[in-house]
Amino acid sequence: MSPEEELQSNVSVASSSPTSNCISRNTLGGLKEHNYLGLSDCSSVGSSTLSPLAEDDKATISLKATELTLGLPGSQSPVRDTELNLLSPAKLDEKPFFPLLPSKDEICSSSQKNNASGNKRGFSDTMDQFAEAKSSVYTEKNWMFPEAAATQSVTKKDVPQNIPKGQSSTTNNSSSPPAAKAQIVGWPPVRSYRKNTLATTCKNSDEVDGRPGSGALFVKVSMDGAPYLRKVDLRSYTNYGELSLALEKMFTTFTLGQCGSNGAAGKDMLSETKLKDLLNGKDYVLTYEDKDGDWMLVGDVPWEMFIDVCKKLKIMKGCDAIGLAAAPRAMEKSKMRA
Amino acid sequence: MGLRLPSKVLEHILSFIDSNEDRNSVSLVCKSWFETERKTRKRVFVGNCYAVSPAAVAKRFPEMRSLTLKGKPHFADYNLVPDGWGGYAWPWIEAMAAKCPSLEEIRLKRMVVTDECLEKIAASFKDFEVLVLTSCEGFSTDGIAAIAATCRNLRVLELRECIVEDLGGDWLSYFPETSTSLVSLDFSCLDSEVKISDLERLVSRSPNLKSLKLNPAVTLDGLVSLLRRAPQLTELGTGSFAAQLKPEAFSKLSEAFSNCKQLQSLSGLWDVLPEYLPALYSVCPGLTSLNLSYATVRMPDLVELLRRCSKLQKLWVMDLIEDKGLEAVASYCKELQELRVFPSAPDLDEANIPLTEQGLVFVSKGCRKLESVLYFCVQFTNAALLTIARKRPNLKCFRLCVIEPFAPDYKTNEPLDKGFKAIAEGCKDLRRLSVSGLLSDKAFKYIGKHAKKVRMLSIAFAGDSDLMLHHLLSGCESLKKLEIRDCPFGDTALLEHAAKLETMRSLWMSSCFVSFGACKILSQKMPRLNVEVIDEHPPETRPESSPVERIYIYRTVAGPRMDTPEFVWTIHKNPEIGVSHLAIK
Repeated sequence: MSPEEELQSNVSVASSSPTSNCISRNTLGGLKEHNYLGLSDCSSVGSSTLSPLAEDDKATISLKATELTLGLPGSQSPVRDTELNLLSPAKLDEKPFFPLLPSKDEICSSSQKNNASGNKRGFSDTMDQFAEAKSSVYTEKNWMFPEAAATQSVTKKDVPQNIPKGQSSTTNNSSSPPAAKAQIVGWPPVRSYRKNTLATTCKNSDEVDGRPGSGALFVKVSMDGAPYLRKVDLRSYTNYGELSLALEKMFTTFTLGQCGSNGAAGKDMLSETKLKDLLNGKDYVLTYEDKDGDWMLVGDVPWEMFIDVCKKLKIMKGCDAIGLAAAPRAMEKSKMRA
Repeated sequence: MGLRLPSKVLEHILSFIDSNEDRNSVSLVCKSWFETERKTRKRVFVGNCYAVSPAAVAKRFPEMRSLTLKGKPHFADYNLVPDGWGGYAWPWIEAMAAKCPSLEEIRLKRMVVTDECLEKIAASFKDFEVLVLTSCEGFSTDGIAAIAATCRNLRVLELRECIVEDLGGDWLSYFPETSTSLVSLDFSCLDSEVKISDLERLVSRSPNLKSLKLNPAVTLDGLVSLLRRAPQLTELGTGSFAAQLKPEAFSKLSEAFSNCKQLQSLSGLWDVLPEYLPALYSVCPGLTSLNLSYATVRMPDLVELLRRCSKLQKLWVMDLIEDKGLEAVASYCKELQELRVFPSAPDLDEANIPLTEQGLVFVSKGCRKLESVLYFCVQFTNAALLTIARKRPNLKCFRLCVIEPFAPDYKTNEPLDKGFKAIAEGCKDLRRLSVSGLLSDKAFKYIGKHAKKVRMLSIAFAGDSDLMLHHLLSGCESLKKLEIRDCPFGDTALLEHAAKLETMRSLWMSSCFVSFGACKILSQKMPRLNVEVIDEHPPETRPESSPVERIYIYRTVAGPRMDTPEFVWTIHKNPEIGVSHLAIK
């Protein structure tokens, strides 16, 4: 097979019906080496909706494709060595194609929440192997995008290079934790001006309540069912009690919104008791996400340690927080860190 | 051979023709028409500052009064174009200063503008009246001060979403006491506080002031004071609304707004507390444009405001409006033409807003004049797209951003092919289209075939193969700008349709599979295209078949540009040379 033909015989899978593809792809088994410099071979996966189209166009295109070469005339186009790149992080000349593209696994798993997708096993196992290699590629300093660098957070679930999107449409809901989605540069397409302004808006509204300070430690606070997030500066409190009070104040208006709209006078009277009950009672619990990405109940570790590890706060419904065994886990972790 | 139309007669006829597209056609008729047209063109638009040299433009249009330029590719807005890429205004300002001293208006978008540029403008154009900078960067408030101080007839000074080095609020005090010509002032993107007394005096002595957009540093008290002095305003961008709610403050604000009987457009509203919204009720019935996209206000308060805005034509809002809020908009805002719904939490993992495709369906059904949509939503369905297309065939701009990449129709699990097919087929006047969600090559076959008037197309995380690009480049008759990111197509379709690229303004591709070798071939084949590769390493250090990270291809009569930074490589026309890296310090 000449290099050109090899390039065309890729099995970039069309994903018009991801579920059926999941199933059929699984039977094909294993990690397929994919080469995007060819054409989509839709028919090979038996995707019925696409095959008529694929046949015609494929025939036309492949004829034309053979007329062109991918290099200067006379040179041979080498087959791209995908696996080599993945496994030898030292080879840094090839830039990742899909930097920080979230794995389709997770995307599918979350967007197909309402559907019982047929086959959930996919590349996640194989992908995890590559995670090691890939993370070193990604930690290479991203010189190009100094602004974007701050927003890039590579997680364990990145798609390895050169895996066609079609392939990774398989979902895996067997073992993966809730999707820790990687941040993609420039996605969603929101202007940085807007992002910065919204971030400042949050910060400003907190500065009205709390103390603005250098060395502020802002974390986002979300509440189940609340339409938007707030931010708090953990350093402006000295203990859990103060934090709790501040959160009560902050989410008062929202909670009352749930009870129906009240006039300004009514709010004052109801706020304190109602929210306190909600927060301290069985209805809501305060949880936080720590540096490891785990969700824990607030209050079990010493305050100083807490502000060190807390990344995010969330006011969850009590019933949702049942899985979070607080004390044993928290103390274990603190022991590990010591 | 007929008699030649006397040029005076032709001039008179051309004075009625404003559209540059028409004028471009006129200029192609014959040499004398070309000459007459060029000598009478007053408003010049250059969509890509590298497509033509400043000197050539200055020479061709000596009577130029207004110049509009665009620099960086659109995806620069989303951090996909590294800093230092280019788009410098200086060569243009310099050339115009030399050849077109009667220039009165300059509008720049996505360009790098320095203080020197601004000083040069101030010094060179005696009748300078209008400066509008959109998404520009590279200058400080000193440059603005120069404009304010020197341009005696300044009517319009607008800084829209620029990145400005803010050296303080003094710039405002540079408007001389004698300047009374101001019609529009927009400094909403600046951070520093300006002296409110300076601003009050400026506003007081500007009877023609119609549009005023303040920065967040202006307080509510300041706003009230300004509104009292400028009740004739038609456009207002408020300052910050974050302040303790005092009863007197509220009533003063309310009163100030109710005196602005001509207010049509309202924006700003940063940090607005819901308790303040009723102060705006008096202006709602007259509003045609409302930008609430920075207001973190909940749905019930939004609805309470919007149900009073029966004349609203343009609404920008965050997804906090929820489906329910949009349902209300559909029933109260029957004149709505443009809707933009932005995500309140742009991070992917925080989407928990009850805004779905249903919201847009409500508006499409209820607002018969709707023609422009920008909608961010976590996921979508084909059924919704079909309904939207059926109800609103008059759509001109449809930009849907399904925030989850590759998200299929969440009800049927199918790609959104059918939905976008309906949009492309049904909305025959569609000029701008952004697609998202799970899309196969088929979707692009439909788009290529039916989207005959689409001029700008944006695509991300879509398609399966080269077929996608093939469909687009062999169809889409009116395509002028194509921007694609993270799609798995490669060289074949690009090379096959190279000729199409010369009919377009530009093509942007990032994180696709176009090889360096193909770029070289393309550049050699097409002498009037600049093929620029954005890459950290010289593309030559890698095999020819290895893909390049980012490519920007645009037609030009100016040849390769001379100001490329180290990471931009213009593929040379001569295959021996490979890449050229011309740069002037």
